[in-house]
Amino acid sequence: MAAAEGARGTRWQFTSMELVAGLVLTGTMTLAVLFSPILFPDGGESMDLTARLIPPFQSSAHLLGTDPLGRDVLARVVVGGKISLMVGVLSVIGAVILGTLVGLIAGYYRGIAEILLMRFADIQLALPFILIAIMFLAILGTGIDKVIFFMIVAQWVQYARLVRGSVLALRDREFILSARAIGVGNVRIIAQHILPNVLGPIVILMTLNVANNILLESSLTFFGLGVDPLIPSWGGMLADGRTYLQSAWWVSVFPGLAIMFTVLGLNLLGDWLRDSLDPTGQTGQ
Amino acid sequence: MSDHIAKLAPVGEPLLSVRSLSVEFGRGEGAFRAVKNISFDVQPGKTLAVVGESGSGKSVTSLAIMRLTDYTGGRITTGEVIFRPSKGETLDLVTAPDNRLRAIRGNDIAMIFQEPMTSLNPVFTIGNQIAETLTLHEGLNARDALSRAKALLQKVRLPDAATLLDRYPHQLSGGMRQRVMIAMALACNPKLLIADEPTTALDVTIQAQILNIIRDLQQEMGTAVIFITHDMGVVAEMADDVVVMWKGEKVEEAPVRQIFAAPEHPYTRALLSAVPRLGSMTGQPLPKRTPVMVIEDGAPKQIGDTHIQDTADYTRPPILEVEKLTTRFDVGKTFFGRVTHKVHAVEEVSFEIFPGETLALVGESGSGKSTIGRTLQQLIEPTSGTVRFNGRDMGSMNPADRRKLKQEIQYIFQDPFASLDPRHTIGFSIAEPIVVHSLLDDRKAIDRRVQELLEQVGLLPQHAKRYPHEFSGGQRQRVCIARALASNPKLIIADESVSALDVSIQAQIVNLLMELQQQKQLSYLFITHDMAVVEKISHRVAVMYLGQIVEIGTRQAVFENPQHSYTRKLLAAVPIADPARERAKRLIEGEIPSAVRAVGQEPLVHRIREVEPGHWVAIEAEALRGAA
Repeated sequence: MAAAEGARGTRWQFTSMELVAGLVLTGTMTLAVLFSPILFPDGGESMDLTARLIPPFQSSAHLLGTDPLGRDVLARVVVGGKISLMVGVLSVIGAVILGTLVGLIAGYYRGIAEILLMRFADIQLALPFILIAIMFLAILGTGIDKVIFFMIVAQWVQYARLVRGSVLALRDREFILSARAIGVGNVRIIAQHILPNVLGPIVILMTLNVANNILLESSLTFFGLGVDPLIPSWGGMLADGRTYLQSAWWVSVFPGLAIMFTVLGLNLLGDWLRDSLDPTGQTGQ
Repeated sequence: MSDHIAKLAPVGEPLLSVRSLSVEFGRGEGAFRAVKNISFDVQPGKTLAVVGESGSGKSVTSLAIMRLTDYTGGRITTGEVIFRPSKGETLDLVTAPDNRLRAIRGNDIAMIFQEPMTSLNPVFTIGNQIAETLTLHEGLNARDALSRAKALLQKVRLPDAATLLDRYPHQLSGGMRQRVMIAMALACNPKLLIADEPTTALDVTIQAQILNIIRDLQQEMGTAVIFITHDMGVVAEMADDVVVMWKGEKVEEAPVRQIFAAPEHPYTRALLSAVPRLGSMTGQPLPKRTPVMVIEDGAPKQIGDTHIQDTADYTRPPILEVEKLTTRFDVGKTFFGRVTHKVHAVEEVSFEIFPGETLALVGESGSGKSTIGRTLQQLIEPTSGTVRFNGRDMGSMNPADRRKLKQEIQYIFQDPFASLDPRHTIGFSIAEPIVVHSLLDDRKAIDRRVQELLEQVGLLPQHAKRYPHEFSGGQRQRVCIARALASNPKLIIADESVSALDVSIQAQIVNLLMELQQQKQLSYLFITHDMAVVEKISHRVAVMYLGQIVEIGTRQAVFENPQHSYTRKLLAAVPIADPARERAKRLIEGEIPSAVRAVGQEPLVHRIREVEPGHWVAIEAEALRGAA
C-alpha cells in the first residue's frame, strides 16, 4: 500500500506541474490575442518599406524584427493568433461534439444505425482531403466560418471511430451490465457510465488535432481556399516566410514558436485533464 | 517412492533451499516489500504447498525462485536460493548469471501458471509450442521434437494427441489447455515444477482431473513440486509439506497433517476455520451461520454469532416461479444470415423460490446457471417459458412494470471491481438505484440512505466519497451488496458473488448475506460452482448440467442422498480440506460437452421423477438416449 501512496504523491505533483505550465503557456497566448487590438491597433498591417527585414532584438520598435514588407513580426504574431486559435480550437470542438455523438450512438445501439453511420464515415475517409476541400470551399466560398465548418466535416470521423471503438469495448463490461441490471436507462448509461470512460482518449486526440488544424488552415490559405491571405495568421506567416528562411529566419520562426508553445500548452493541459478525469491515477490505458 | 528419492540426491539434502529471501518493488520511500525473509526447503520428489491469500506474497515468491521478478519490476534484496540438481554443481539462483538461468528455466525448473489461455501463444500450434522447448533445451531436430511432443500429450492423458499437435490454443477447452501447459512444463524432465494456482480457473471436475495428473506424473518422474494455492482443499489433497504465508511473511511451516490437525499460528487457525468443508452440515436440515475467526492487531478474534437460518417461509406463495424457461443464443450463421447453430444455454428449466429462501443453482461452466440469472434480471430475453414474480407473469408486463421489477430483483456479480464504474465514487454507485427508480428525491435523504447502507454492510459512512480502486476485494463486494440493497429488493441474484474472494473474506461475506436475509426476509438465488459454500448457505439446491436441472431438492436431500450421477460426480470432485481423509481413487474423466447444437437437433428434455417429497431427479436413461 505504501508503494501506491508514494507513487500517487509524486504523480499528483507532476500533474499539477503540467497544469501550471499548460495554463501559463495557453493563458499567455490567449491574453495576448484578446488584448491585441489594444496592444497593436494597426492589426500588424502597417508597412514600412524602409524598415524591411530588420533582424530581431535590434530595434526597440520592432522587437522581433520585421518581414519583407517592413511589418512588425511581433504584432503580426499576436494578431495572427486570433485566426489560428479560433480555427484550431473551434474546429476541434465542433468535430469532437459531432464525432462523439455519432460514435456513442453507433457503438452503443449497434444495428442499422451503426452500419449507416460508420459506412458513411468510411466513405468520407476514402475521399482525398484536398479534393473535397477544393470542391467544398469552391461551392461555399471562402471565409473563416467556412474553414471551420469544413474542418469539422472533415474530422468528425476520427472521433466517431475512436469513440465507437471504445464504446464497443465498454458496453460489454460488467459495470455497464450491472447498471442495466439495476434498471438504469440507456440515456443515463451513455451519459453517466460510457461517456466519462471514453473522455481520456478523446482529450488526447483533441489536443493533437488543434496543432494540426492550425497548420491545416495555413495550407488552405496557401491554396487560396482559406481565410483572406491579407489577414495575418500563424500558418499564413509560416508559408510567407518560407522563401526567406535562409536570409531572414525570424519571419517564419516566431510564428512557428507561437504554434509550438500553444500546442505544448494545450497538450500539457490535455494530459492533466485526462489524468484528473481518471480517479485511479493510471494513465495511458 | 523412497528409493526414488535416494537416487536423485543424498538423503536429507533438499533440492531447493530458500534462505531469508526478500523481494522489493519500487525504490526509495515508495518501496514495497512483497516478500520478507522467507526460508524453506523443497525435498526431491516431494510437494511443498505455499498457501496464502491475495497479497500474501506467495506468487512473488515463486517468481523470485526463477528470478522472473527481474521482469516484473521486483528486486531480490536479501537472501539466497540454492538449487542442487543431481548432476552439475550447486547454484545460487539469486546471483547466477542470466545465461545460466536461461538454461535452468524450463529445463531443470519449470513453471505452470493459473491462466492457461494467456500463457499459450495464440498464433502457434500446440505442437510447435511444445517442440520449441525441446529444440531449445535438448537440441532436438524438428521431427524428433514433434514426436516427443506427441508422447508428452499422451502422458497428460489428452486423447487424440496426433491431431492436437496441429490445433491452436483457442480450439481447446480450459482443462485441455492446462494439460498442454503441464506437458510443456514436463517436456525436459524438470527436477522442480512450480505450479502457481494451476487449477483455480478450472471447473471442479476438471480440477480433479488435473490434480490427479500432476500427482501421477510426479510419482512417475520423481519431480519435486512447489504448489502455490489459496485453496486449503487442494493443499490437503496434494501437499507433503506446507508453508503458510501472510502479508509477505512465512507464519508457519509444517508437514501437511500437522498443519490441519494442530495449526499453531493464529493466522493459520483463522484461515482453516474459514474454509468451508463439504460435509460439515451433514444431519442439519437448515443452513447455519457460524462465527468467523479474524486476525485483529495480531490476535485472533471471533466475529458474528451462531444462528440457524430459519428464514424460509413455505406457507406463503413462492416469490418467483420459473416454468419451462428456455434461452438459446444464435451462433454460426450462413453467408445469407440463416442461423445454423444455437447454444442451448437453458432448456425448459422450472423451479420456484419462496420468501426468505436461498435456492442455490450449482453447475460448472456452460451449464446455463448464469444465463438463468441474467434472464430473470431481464438482461437476456428468454426464448420461451414463463417467469412469474409475486404471481405476475413477466412476459405480459408493460415496460413500466418491468422496470419496477428491476427494483425488486437485484443482481450481484462475480467480480466486484468489474461491476463498479471506475469513474464514479462508490457513493454515486450505491445511490444510483435510488435515483433511477426515484425512491428518494432529496439529495440529503439520498446521502443519508447511502451512509445507512454502508453501515449495514460493515463499511464506514465516509467511504462513500472513495473510488472502487481504493478498496480491497472484500470491501468492494460489500459495496456491491450495499448497491443491491439500495432499492429494497425482495430477491437478490448472487452470481458467483463470493467465488473470487479469499476464504476468510468469503466466510464474512457469506455471513453478511445470511444476516441480511434474516433482517430483511430476502430471497436469494445463489449461483455458484462451489459445493462447499452451497452447503453452508442454501435451503434448497438445484444442480444444473448442460442447460437442464438434473436434480433439485432440499440441501440436506441433495448433499446426503445425491441421486443423479452428475451430482455425485460433482460432490466427489470437490477437494476436501482434510489430509487424513482417505483419498478415494476417483475416476472422473471426460470434458463437459458443448451446448452448441445444429438447428433442428433439439436436446432431449429429461423427464424427472420425485424420489422423496420435494426431491426431484432427472431420469438418466433417457438423457443418455438423448445424447446418443
